[in-house]
Amino acid sequence: MTATPAELAALIPDGAVLALAPDYSGCSLATVRELIRKGAKRLRLVGLPQLGLQADLLIATGCVAGIETAAISLGELGLAPAFDRAWRAGSVSVTESTCPAIHAGLTAAEKGVSHLPLAGVLGSDLIALRPDWQVGPDPFTGEPGLLVPAIRPDFLLFHAAVADRSGNVWIGVRRELMLAAHAARRTLATVEEVAGHDLLADDLWAAGTIPALYVEQVATASGGAAPVGLRGRYGPDRAWLASYAEAARDPVSCKTFLDAWLRDG
Amino acid sequence: MAEPERLLVMIGVIARLLRGLRHVAVGASSPVPAAAALVAREQGGGRPVVSILGSESSNPFTDGGRELFDCAAQGRLDAFFLSGAQIDATGAVNLLGLGEPGRMRRRFMGNFGAPYLASLVPNVILFRTDHGVRTLVEKVDFVTAPGVEGRWLVTDRAVFRRQAGRLRLVSWHAGEMAETVRAATGFAFETAHDAGETPGLEAAAAAQLRGPVGAVLREVYPAFAAQLT
Repeated sequence: MTATPAELAALIPDGAVLALAPDYSGCSLATVRELIRKGAKRLRLVGLPQLGLQADLLIATGCVAGIETAAISLGELGLAPAFDRAWRAGSVSVTESTCPAIHAGLTAAEKGVSHLPLAGVLGSDLIALRPDWQVGPDPFTGEPGLLVPAIRPDFLLFHAAVADRSGNVWIGVRRELMLAAHAARRTLATVEEVAGHDLLADDLWAAGTIPALYVEQVATASGGAAPVGLRGRYGPDRAWLASYAEAARDPVSCKTFLDAWLRDG
Repeated sequence: MAEPERLLVMIGVIARLLRGLRHVAVGASSPVPAAAALVAREQGGGRPVVSILGSESSNPFTDGGRELFDCAAQGRLDAFFLSGAQIDATGAVNLLGLGEPGRMRRRFMGNFGAPYLASLVPNVILFRTDHGVRTLVEKVDFVTAPGVEGRWLVTDRAVFRRQAGRLRLVSWHAGEMAETVRAATGFAFETAHDAGETPGLEAAAAAQLRGPVGAVLREVYPAFAAQLT
């Protein structure tokens, strides 16, 4: 039984820690739109490991209190404009990170441990921005090492091509979604279509499938990753993205643009 | 960004630095390195293996976003590319923002994987397509990643390499001289005794950019690809 994107959005309470994929992975813009429509508040976004359009839309509409990410941008279109404005105003807090620290934090959560050691990073000023990270001698080698805490999001939200009737979701090669689903307390997904066959019955599908045991709810949303696109299905709507990047630089034109997007979808 | 001719020179320089390597990865917002890595792959008959973040056709990873970083920590990644809002005389890069850390007055996209990859990948090539006194500074406001001896910096005006703790001018591109590069650079530098003009992009590489390399670039960096051709 599948739900609607609005029903997925209704499951995410104000203040939730919400993990979101970068624009090249699987973005459930259909659900993001519903979060905005319902007036979500104080969300804390975690980038997997970076944030893109989804985060900027949620920030533009006042849904976000803070983000933890290695970066936030609109890719080739440059800085995320609504985030940039919110950052200057101090209305969104930023927990600065780096891609492998987020992967390591999610891996720690996946394994049910409090932290994980991470190579590299020592020597970067980033260490000073993260009082929750621990630097100390590795108990096995005695060399200086970095420990990063587990990251356990309340929700993972993503979009994929195919689910089956049991709620198994095929993500193909986008394994960061598998990691995040293992780490998150609850996983919500939209899909292009629900297949008639069991995705776990055939190894070709099963190897790239998040089992339903990790997935709380699936919704059908054809075109649900537009305008950023979905690997293997449809590309980004570059004209829309360029229009947003331009409009969102100013709060008034940003609101006009997004009001139209919310109305038309 | 720089004029197309200068970008082509940069692509040629970086492609030559990648010859003979096994595995080269290209991160976010790195169109010039992506083009150079693809040229090097064409010229090497498929080597180095090239992983381009965001590409469907040139990305061999099957274990998600973490695989690149796991590769780097194990020594399976030979080269990576970093730019920065600021690059300083020691080769340190700042991707985060301007001003005092914790109280910055301007923030850019973020640190991405740079704090980690910079210390784990043996060949990290720095690049900047708008060489100027505000981007090439004596000291970065924030050290996303510190400099390392032997590290290369390729800009739209010149090529530097770090020796004895500081970047040193190795070559300048056609239309520049050591003096014009110095006037456009925010840190003092020495000039290598054998410094000269940067060789241009080889004709074969230019043809590859118009052919198979251009096709991949159009997938990930359409605006950049259009600018080159």
